[in-house]
Amino acid sequence: MVSTPLSKWKLAAITSAPCGAYMNYAEGLMASNIPTSPQETAVDFQEMGLQDKLLRKPTNQSITRMSVTLQCPGYPEDTLRSLAERLPCRETQLATLLALMGQPDQYSYPSVFIYGHRATGKSHVVLSIMKDLELPHASVDCVECVSSGLLFHQVLSAFFGPDAAALLPRCPSLSDFVRLYKQMSSNSPATQTRYIILDRAERMRDMDFSLLPALLRLQELVNDNVTVILLSEIVWEKFRPNTGCFEPLLFHFPDYSKAELVQILSWDHHPSYTPELYASYINILLGVFFSVCRDLRELRHLAVLNFSKFCEPLEKGEAKESDIHKLWKNIEPHLQRAMQTVYLREVSSVQWEQQQMDEKEATTLRVLSAHAHIELPYYSKFLLIAAYLASFNPARTDRRFFLKSHGKIRKTNFLKKHEKTSNHLLGPKPFPLDRLMAIFYSVVDSRVAPTASIFSQISSLVTLQLLSQVGHDDQLDSPKYKCSVSLDFILAISRTVGFDVVKYLYDFL
Amino acid sequence: MSSHGHRTIRMFNVLHISCLEDVHTSVSWAAERPLLSVHIFTPEIRNVAGRKYLSLWREITGSTLVTMSKRRSLTEAQCVSLAQKLLRERLCHQKLPDRPLALDSQYKHLLELLRRTAVHGESNSVLIVGPRGSGKTMLLGCVLRELMSLKEAQKNVLLVELNGLLQTDDKIALKEITRQLHLENVVGDKVFGSFAENLAFLLEALKKGDKSSSRPVVFVLDEFDLFAHHKNQTLLYNLLDVSQSAQTPVAVLGLTCRLDVLELLEKRVKSRFSHRQIHLFSSLSFAQYVDAVRSQLSLPPDFPDPKFSDAWNHSVTKLCEEKSVEEILRRHFNSSKDFRSLHSLLFLSVSRVSVSHSTLHEADLLEASRLISADSKAIILHGLSILELCLIIAMKHLNDTYDGEPFNFQMVHNEFKKFIQRKSHSIHKFEKPVVMKAFEHLLQLELVRPVDSGVCKVQREYQLMRLMLEHGQVMEALQRYPQCPTDVKQWALSAFA
Repeated sequence: MVSTPLSKWKLAAITSAPCGAYMNYAEGLMASNIPTSPQETAVDFQEMGLQDKLLRKPTNQSITRMSVTLQCPGYPEDTLRSLAERLPCRETQLATLLALMGQPDQYSYPSVFIYGHRATGKSHVVLSIMKDLELPHASVDCVECVSSGLLFHQVLSAFFGPDAAALLPRCPSLSDFVRLYKQMSSNSPATQTRYIILDRAERMRDMDFSLLPALLRLQELVNDNVTVILLSEIVWEKFRPNTGCFEPLLFHFPDYSKAELVQILSWDHHPSYTPELYASYINILLGVFFSVCRDLRELRHLAVLNFSKFCEPLEKGEAKESDIHKLWKNIEPHLQRAMQTVYLREVSSVQWEQQQMDEKEATTLRVLSAHAHIELPYYSKFLLIAAYLASFNPARTDRRFFLKSHGKIRKTNFLKKHEKTSNHLLGPKPFPLDRLMAIFYSVVDSRVAPTASIFSQISSLVTLQLLSQVGHDDQLDSPKYKCSVSLDFILAISRTVGFDVVKYLYDFL
Repeated sequence: MSSHGHRTIRMFNVLHISCLEDVHTSVSWAAERPLLSVHIFTPEIRNVAGRKYLSLWREITGSTLVTMSKRRSLTEAQCVSLAQKLLRERLCHQKLPDRPLALDSQYKHLLELLRRTAVHGESNSVLIVGPRGSGKTMLLGCVLRELMSLKEAQKNVLLVELNGLLQTDDKIALKEITRQLHLENVVGDKVFGSFAENLAFLLEALKKGDKSSSRPVVFVLDEFDLFAHHKNQTLLYNLLDVSQSAQTPVAVLGLTCRLDVLELLEKRVKSRFSHRQIHLFSSLSFAQYVDAVRSQLSLPPDFPDPKFSDAWNHSVTKLCEEKSVEEILRRHFNSSKDFRSLHSLLFLSVSRVSVSHSTLHEADLLEASRLISADSKAIILHGLSILELCLIIAMKHLNDTYDGEPFNFQMVHNEFKKFIQRKSHSIHKFEKPVVMKAFEHLLQLELVRPVDSGVCKVQREYQLMRLMLEHGQVMEALQRYPQCPTDVKQWALSAFA
């Protein structure tokens, strides 16, 4: 059903390297390297008259940005031009970075802090600059460095070779690192600025307290032409140590606007379909997902996963490429379902693929989440319901709900004074076992004997993490529990046993 | 006679020749006039043909003094890159200035102190205290440079530089001291009982062969307050002890940014300290600040191309007199007077200078100032999705209603549901797990933080959190949010949700 080129393309896309390498992948796919301009796609959509608010004005910025020439003496011009072409929508950032770096033999500011949302191209731009212009750099991902020794090792081996790194002692301290660096750089002084790039630098806050301040002023400590570039998602105010430190230059990578996202996502269009079709598909996808997620990686993943479903009518011959409305009607519910499942990683991507291939009509998806398809025995369900009632009803109201005749209880006691005190907002409260059993006996219609099988069901509910035990483990006398399921789950369970749980909940009086 | 390259200065009768062809024509002209000196600015003069012309010149004009200048005329691009190089070195603190600005009294005090240690063998201890970026290291560098230029100091004084960030332990510090005094071989594999013994051994080893007195040692302790956090403060105790007991002339200089550094010291350490403190509080007036800007941006007089440097300095002076630039500088001056933040501002502006844009304009300074004073949290808010923004507004409303008490995800979701049901038309209902994922994204960005940051036994939805944004920041971010739906904006502005 799915054509082989399409599946191959999809396989390549799904298993491709993370966002940073999307350009290499896209280059391989595309015949021509000029993406469709956003104006054309906007005009297509106007014909459909859809509710989505697309960008109707042509974006001048994207076009004029292409013509920004990067003027940086000291680097070959054609390399700069090819670099700019490979980094769409990032030309201004590229130009500013190159201006900050200056010529290779000039000094740059000792530390630069680049921040921005996920998948805005921070690592991609910086590493592309380093690789293309062949600058001496050491790129370290702070997630990999569980100890600072690993960071030192990587930096020294990148700059001075593995022999220099081997001179580091067993558990190197920052003092050893600086001493060795000074020694090595006096043997081979820097003719060009050396760069140390620390990716996901927010992890450095958890390492030694003196590592971050020392690296920020590394240039003055080792007396060498070295610049440290920190890349992070989190703003600089959260990094600053208590007594202050050397303030780096802050530099922001802005998020992509909707038009830019369309432009970038349209780069990996499938070879057997026109770029316009893919661009309209991307617009539909963004119409559903843009208000929820602006992460380029996620959107790209979703785009790749759902494209075959989008092209189904075309394959079957039911619609032509210009019948955007029909295609939209076909794909939109599918995307909504994707939002509940694949987007939340409730279903794995492979499972999602198989769903599309197997089903002809929309059947309910079997989700991975454990709670969704759990089968409990009859009494366990009632125990769970009783536990929920015990957690979310205050103890003083038990008489009213669970006694056959509760006499005259004044209604004023039950007026909810403040919305905030609604127990559903505050969370479940712990309850003792006795209370649970009392409510259980009142809730279950048939007569149940307090045998071990009932109590063992409570233990299995704890194992399933539907209940959680509160308090000390060796309190065998009167253990306390808490119910950890959501209202929707309990409603579903009580529907299966024919019990109206809402009637018994204090918050819904 | 062409006027190109010929300039006669009336007072000194100096003839400048910039082109070799003019040498011929100048010969006859010069023969008639008494000339004091001739400066020849041609690159070709250094080769054989050039020297031939020079000898010819000397023959003809007799006693005229001829000096060969090595100056060459540089192209515009070379000038710009050389200017950038110089300015970058200055602004990245790679070169010490000749004299630190506005720190004269402190400079004299420190120099006097060190001179007494170096020349007269007096032990001293002093703390240099000042906020970050006020020029402590720079001051020390200048003083040490001048100290080492004294003849007696140059031969004798040993310098040991320790940094609290690098030497995080007393053992490491001791090893570093040994290394900097070049006494590794002397120490060898000896094992010492205590820190004091080790230090005494090191200082003993420094005694010169014939004289009974030992060489003066200057210990510089950067980030002095971090040394006070070591166990028992042994390093500080021993160093200050040596400085008091007058065996070897030792100067202990501490640099720190904490004003309350003396509170951190133990009683026995504090009593051995001489309580001499040099404070570096910037006392610049705004006029001096603008002056400093001008001097930081000006090219030095020994720049190879005087025409370029004159034009540059002139443009810098004009720039500093402009109203808008003065406003920018005043804003920076009002927030912090220290030089480091000024240097970062100037660095950003200087980095924009290129061949096509070869002088500084006010737009450069404006752009640099905008980059520096941007509110990063508001910028991050710009990149959130609509759902996440709605969650932030819901949290803001919760904060307003309940006076900043912590909230949990359920409450936020409740607020959001109320908004969806009552007021919104553009945002449709999202499932709870989708909203949870958006909430977790906000957690990862650290815009929302749990109240007790630790492993909690509470379910995720009920964990208490706080919003790390202020009312004003949220409202400002909303103004700048691209294509914000009007109902969301109205919801944010409404006083009661």
